Amino acid sequence: MTQWIAACGVDDVDEEDVLPFQHDGVDYAIYRSPDDTFYATAGHCTHERELLCDGLVMDRVIECPKHNGRFDYATGKALGAPALVDLRTYPVKVENDTIYIGV
Amino acid sequence: MSTERAMVVVGAGECGARAVFELRDAGWTGPITLVGAEDVHPYERPPLSKAVLTGDAAPVPVRDADALREADVEFVAGVAASDIDRDRNELVLADGRRIPYERLLLATGASARRLPLFGVSYLRSQADALALRDRLRPGARVGVIGGGFIGLELAASATARGCAVTVVEAEPRLLSRAVPAEVAAVVADRHEQAGVDVRCGTGVAAVRDRGVLELTTGETLDCDVVVAGVGAVPETALAKNAGLAIDNVENGVRVDDRLRTSDPDIFAAGDCCSFPHPLYGRIRLEAWRNAHDHAVTAARNLLDADEPHTAVPWFWSDQYDLNLQIAGLPDAATSEVVRQRSDGVETRFGLGADGTLLSAAAVGTGNAVAKDVRLAEMLIAARAMPDPASLADPDTALKALLRAAKSTPQPA
Repeated sequence: MTQWIAACGVDDVDEEDVLPFQHDGVDYAIYRSPDDTFYATAGHCTHERELLCDGLVMDRVIECPKHNGRFDYATGKALGAPALVDLRTYPVKVENDTIYIGV
Repeated sequence: MSTERAMVVVGAGECGARAVFELRDAGWTGPITLVGAEDVHPYERPPLSKAVLTGDAAPVPVRDADALREADVEFVAGVAASDIDRDRNELVLADGRRIPYERLLLATGASARRLPLFGVSYLRSQADALALRDRLRPGARVGVIGGGFIGLELAASATARGCAVTVVEAEPRLLSRAVPAEVAAVVADRHEQAGVDVRCGTGVAAVRDRGVLELTTGETLDCDVVVAGVGAVPETALAKNAGLAIDNVENGVRVDDRLRTSDPDIFAAGDCCSFPHPLYGRIRLEAWRNAHDHAVTAARNLLDADEPHTAVPWFWSDQYDLNLQIAGLPDAATSEVVRQRSDGVETRFGLGADGTLLSAAAVGTGNAVAKDVRLAEMLIAARAMPDPASLADPDTALKALLRAAKSTPQPA
């Protein structure tokens, strides 16, 4: 069963940007797309486990800060070497200006 | 194109090993042969001076053995290529085997520049790293010759292993070829803070028996381990013997902007080649990212995509908790703009005489500088001519400058 965790407020994530979130020792990354939709993925790049929250968000793509592995953060899809393994994604819901992720 | 003959790649480092997969991605269904002189699976070189040397990580494969099998790549390991028979389009291996090629890619890389001194170790291959790691015991006195990226990463890793490290650099400062002085100063401070004895403006005159370094200052330095990081030399012997054009300035295999050598069936990519860049003229780069980017362009052009290589150079180095990143080539710039963020991170932008952004360099802890340098790289790729005042203002988002640059086409 999905457990919904309050991660942050909607204003904590800038548009076209990413915010780190930790729960139970696990890192997550929370995104706000240019069309104002929120998404969540695993916090680490699947290549060499760098934290994605330090990376650049352009449109619907997050890029790893170290080796430029790129992922579609809405689907988790890896977009080419060195990112070859898809990112895990998590469901997101917004209630009363709070972002919840389903873990 | 006949599918009898193979696409043959010489060199199984980052560039060659990436190229074989790019060939498949670009639609080549015929045979592919990858030839590597080292008798090991293709591995990533960057960790060798960092996590592999500190013992925190095992070497990382570029792609694992299953991936090579799935891509149906024939990997010939532990055999050097000795000649190219250009009349018959055949690669000749040291054991006498001949591999007919449709097209040939030379990704032979570079080797560590050697000093005319005995008793000095070098760090280039996985075998070098593993051998050196065993000698970096706690308390060992380590003399590092050369204050460039490899020497400094080595110094940081040896320090992490509890060694007492001295870095000897002949130039007046560290990283003199690679980064602006202010960035190098941050790096130098961090090394001194970690207890490394950094001696700039000092050369090595000789290595005496039992690891005694004789410096040009007249001093001597007792070392248990002496290791040099004094640049790299491109591996061009195969190309030279085959009569391919060699660039006598950059010393690499000379290619055009399609990465094609003077023989239309032979391409060269990565550290071994000198190529024309639309922003920086003819250059040769020794860099992980360039090896990867070249692999993509070369693989596509092996299959007649006819695309110019235009990727912006990008480098990084990790030392202690510091991460240093450089986009473009700071040497090419004629003026500098500094952007200081509220967290203290400074990015130094280099502009050309006409205002075109040509470089950005920054150093910070963790991944603090990654986003800004990445955006700078995109600005450089867009041929942006940003207003210097906006560039210096941390409240002007680099993303906004990028959008502006993309919506106003810049002169070619």
